[in-house]
Amino acid sequence: MLDELFTISTLVGILHSCVRLATPYLFAALGETFGQRSGVLNLGVDGIMLMGAFFAFYAVFEGHNLWVGVLVAIAIGVLMGLLKAFVSVTMQSLQGISGIGLYLFGLGLSSLLFKTLIGSVEGVSGFRQLAIPLLSDIPGLGHILFNHNALVYLAYLMVPLSWFVINRTTLGLKIRAVGHNPEAADTLGVSVNGVRYATLMIGGALAAVAGASLSIGLQNVFQENMTNGLGFIAVALVYFGSWRTVGVLGGSLLFSLVNALQLWVQALDIPVPSEVAVMMPYIMTIVVLAFTARQIQKPAALARSYERGE
Amino acid sequence: MLRRISISTLIFLLLLAGCGRSDDSGDGETVGAEGDPFRIAIVMPSSTTDIAWSQSMFDSLVAVQTEMGGEDALTIAYSEGMFRVTDASAAIRDYASEGFDLVIAHGAQYGNSVFEVAADFTETSFAWGTSSDTGADKGIENVFAYGAVANEGGYVNGVVAAMLTQTDVIGVIGPVAGDAKLYIDGFVRGVTEIKPDAQVNISYTGSFSDTTLAAEAAHVHIQAGADVLTGSAQQVVGAIGVANENGVAWLGTQSDQISLGPDVVVTNQIYNWANVVADMISKIENGELGGTAYKLTFANDGLRLEFNENIEIADEVKEAARTAIEDIKSGAVDPVLWEEDE
Repeated sequence: MLDELFTISTLVGILHSCVRLATPYLFAALGETFGQRSGVLNLGVDGIMLMGAFFAFYAVFEGHNLWVGVLVAIAIGVLMGLLKAFVSVTMQSLQGISGIGLYLFGLGLSSLLFKTLIGSVEGVSGFRQLAIPLLSDIPGLGHILFNHNALVYLAYLMVPLSWFVINRTTLGLKIRAVGHNPEAADTLGVSVNGVRYATLMIGGALAAVAGASLSIGLQNVFQENMTNGLGFIAVALVYFGSWRTVGVLGGSLLFSLVNALQLWVQALDIPVPSEVAVMMPYIMTIVVLAFTARQIQKPAALARSYERGE
Repeated sequence: MLRRISISTLIFLLLLAGCGRSDDSGDGETVGAEGDPFRIAIVMPSSTTDIAWSQSMFDSLVAVQTEMGGEDALTIAYSEGMFRVTDASAAIRDYASEGFDLVIAHGAQYGNSVFEVAADFTETSFAWGTSSDTGADKGIENVFAYGAVANEGGYVNGVVAAMLTQTDVIGVIGPVAGDAKLYIDGFVRGVTEIKPDAQVNISYTGSFSDTTLAAEAAHVHIQAGADVLTGSAQQVVGAIGVANENGVAWLGTQSDQISLGPDVVVTNQIYNWANVVADMISKIENGELGGTAYKLTFANDGLRLEFNENIEIADEVKEAARTAIEDIKSGAVDPVLWEEDE
């Protein structure tokens, strides 16, 4: 039985699943990384994802182009980010609580809009599998990496892009400065609040695209609370990845790999109790967290409001 | 500063108040002189539009309401998304204290809450399922129980799956091991009856609502060679989306799922609770507040198998399904797996 798991076609299948499953985690966790590097913890990711998932779906459901759906999601994500910024940065409310509030707001509003505007669970034609010419012909690897829908590729493109913005641009320098020592950044003329507004809007946009990647990419339906807490796992992945984009990529892939593995183990009837299989991703998470507990890169001002001294 | 915090917290609390309970009973309408409408409240784990367990009951309630003559005769109040038992428990108690005639707790996880509240509100009638326990042994007389003999439709869907498959590989996507066992056992039994050598791959996502994982499970089954899929709980919307995209046949259960996969959904086993609800209402109106345990079967029209009229289905498949249903009704077939291990 176990040798069935180690056939080439099964391994390719598992890795293919893994790459696809990581998509929403990548978008959402990279977005959250921006916010946290600037010192703002946003627990509302899941709510923003739901809003993004709904609006992207609704745009496509109404007959618009898929990319219009993505743009609509981005716009909604930016607005949700602005809302979070207004509450956490301008009003300086507790970041954790206001994040939960934002989550519940997104959950409730997306459900309400779904009920009023659509009413029943419907399907749309979402992003199709897009095999990249030549590259997808590479045996094994081609199927694993280059046979996905456009949003999957976009998610992986966001990794180097986010890394570049955070580590190699002036904006990135400001983000890190504000997250590490807002007082010092302020004295150097960096607008702490401005930077935090910007990162929350970027984070909101990415979280909304994460939602869209579900509703018009991976599943092509919208259902109330369809993210099922995925946004909270994305927040955990930022810690898991020690606030680095590569770490976030690693965490997303690892979590998705174990999820893919458990689905394949069950489908191939490999004698592991399904309860154990289902637990695997979480056991893995705890084990890895235990070993990566050192929080060297944690932004020093994370979850702290900043108010300029008199 | 402090004031700022409290203002922003208040704003969010106000926003929060937006999510919550819905009341379908129409506001401000005065009730006719011939008597108050019968009032039903239902607490359900997912939503009225989950195209699965919760929707099956909600659709049946609406059907009964229409049958009885609309909102003047029957009002329906509902609480959705009550997956957490503590939330559901509070809602059940709320509805009971608001004087509803019948409070339905639509989930096997609500049992303890129902019995606890039922003991405090002996004039109110309660119903819960999946269960056959009316609490009679606890001395409780105001609780109905209900459930679906899902293995019957599972068997018929299994027969259909075996006739449709060309690869002889069939994929099943379950929620939490144990919950969908009846349906899946019946399904496997049905497949085996027609094609003993066909392979049925079963995977559980470990959740009722993880549509992402259910979608991926569908991908996995398809890659493992399956050309017919089935599954249960509200998570399946993700899987049907994938079946639709890949042109793989889907066999539905609980509610009508054709809207999601107009070209791939072949059959639906539909839970029709209307007779159960109507019977509970008439019993309650005659002063009998509980004590009956209902079962949906093909024989009592609680289960229905509906074919998708929009796609072409071979006559022999339809015929085999009808024969299977007749055999179940007559008792010629017992749609339970042979090896009872639990």
